[in-house]
Amino acid sequence: MKRIWLALIAVVLTSASFAQTKVYQTKTGKVKFYSSTKAEDIEAVNNQTDVKFATNGQLLFNLLVRGFVFPNALMQEHFNENYMESTKFPKAKFMGTIDNLALINFSKNGKYAVTTSGTLEIHGVKQDVKAIAGVVEVVDGKLKLSSKFKIKIKDYGIKGNYIGEKIANEIELTIDCILN
Amino acid sequence: MKKVILNLLLISFLANGFSQEVDLFKADSAKTNEPPTPVIATFKSTRIVHGHSIEMQAPGVLDFRVHHRFGELSQGLYDFFGLDNASTLIAFDYGLAKNLNIGVSRSTFLKQMEAFAKWRILQQNTSNSTPITATILAGVTNRTLDLFAANGAKLTSSDKTQYYTQLMLAKKFNDNFSLQISPTVVHYNLVKNTTDANTLFSIGFGARHKLSKRVSLNAEYYLQTNTLSSPTPNQPYINSLAIGVDIETGGHVFQLHLTNARGMTAPTYIHENNFAWDKGQIHFGFNISRVFVVKKPKEFR
Repeated sequence: MKRIWLALIAVVLTSASFAQTKVYQTKTGKVKFYSSTKAEDIEAVNNQTDVKFATNGQLLFNLLVRGFVFPNALMQEHFNENYMESTKFPKAKFMGTIDNLALINFSKNGKYAVTTSGTLEIHGVKQDVKAIAGVVEVVDGKLKLSSKFKIKIKDYGIKGNYIGEKIANEIELTIDCILN
Repeated sequence: MKKVILNLLLISFLANGFSQEVDLFKADSAKTNEPPTPVIATFKSTRIVHGHSIEMQAPGVLDFRVHHRFGELSQGLYDFFGLDNASTLIAFDYGLAKNLNIGVSRSTFLKQMEAFAKWRILQQNTSNSTPITATILAGVTNRTLDLFAANGAKLTSSDKTQYYTQLMLAKKFNDNFSLQISPTVVHYNLVKNTTDANTLFSIGFGARHKLSKRVSLNAEYYLQTNTLSSPTPNQPYINSLAIGVDIETGGHVFQLHLTNARGMTAPTYIHENNFAWDKGQIHFGFNISRVFVVKKPKEFR
């Protein structure tokens, strides 16, 4: 009997070190995109991005393409109907891992420049992305993620008039999220 | 020995329960259901041809519209197949709220003024838990043209006023095909003959088929269930039928069509059309829509 109790205690003690992977998350992450050409600048924002960050280094972004809001409602309709085909491909997703996880001390406030690699899926097309630069900030037990990077429209099979004219070939994405 | 084995089993069982590794990717791929989203772009424009579609302007968006209907193609070369005679409607529609639009218009035909409100009650969604979109349109038209009764008395403004209400039910069946059915009531404050009913009923049918991302084919038909008597007995009022093409460019929608009806307000295109397709009384017409963002969405203020 004594041995069972000993074993139980041992299990509880060891499991404490096993179960340390914590998941920070939010459902209101902000993803902005910005296209700049001589003809016009286009911006849109999605404030309902589902973001999860596990302290094992896994990073997951899920958003609905329909959630992007444009200053111009007609442009928003064209974005969904003519370019992103959001009824066929409703979601965009990023699955990745932090390349230099060891830098981050989650138990103390601080700011860390990190890079992330993984798979970005837009318009039903998956592309491997490498070493996207970003910043992870630990603030009172919360995580602030931010990043700015560019993607090429044609890498994701998005077609339509005006690409390369009114719509830039490269779109700048800005990530800004606070995870609890 | 038995005890030791038991302990080992217990340890492995508990340890397994506690130390389950977090795997975000695995958890994510197990999740497949998409949340339902509202269906958009059932029609390209807020008008199918003459009549309204269930489409609305977004809050803060002003739509400036110019509608043109020319004379009959059968007028021949002398009137340049009707292009010499144009009637025009100028309209402003505005998105007050997500599900509420208002609008005013002026039409050269009978010098009509019009005001309407459009309210979306239901919006179709992708999961089909709401299978259709339903919108109510209510409007008033007034003929500011001087009109006289048979005895020479000048008609009052109230005499020249009509009201209309329309329930629009639409379904987008797939990316390309949408259908709308619109039961409609039009009320005339004054009708020409004592035998005519003041309140008239009709059903509108509208359809669009997308030919490409930016071009669609539209058709619209209004079936009258009771009719007014026509001032020209050999030309009774008949149902209106229109076929058109919507072409969308950046900020504009161009709607080009052929129609037997020339009126551009609900009373005139539904109940006061005496032109017939089979007599060549076909009119070319177009609507141009240009939207302006008056108030940006809250994300950009």
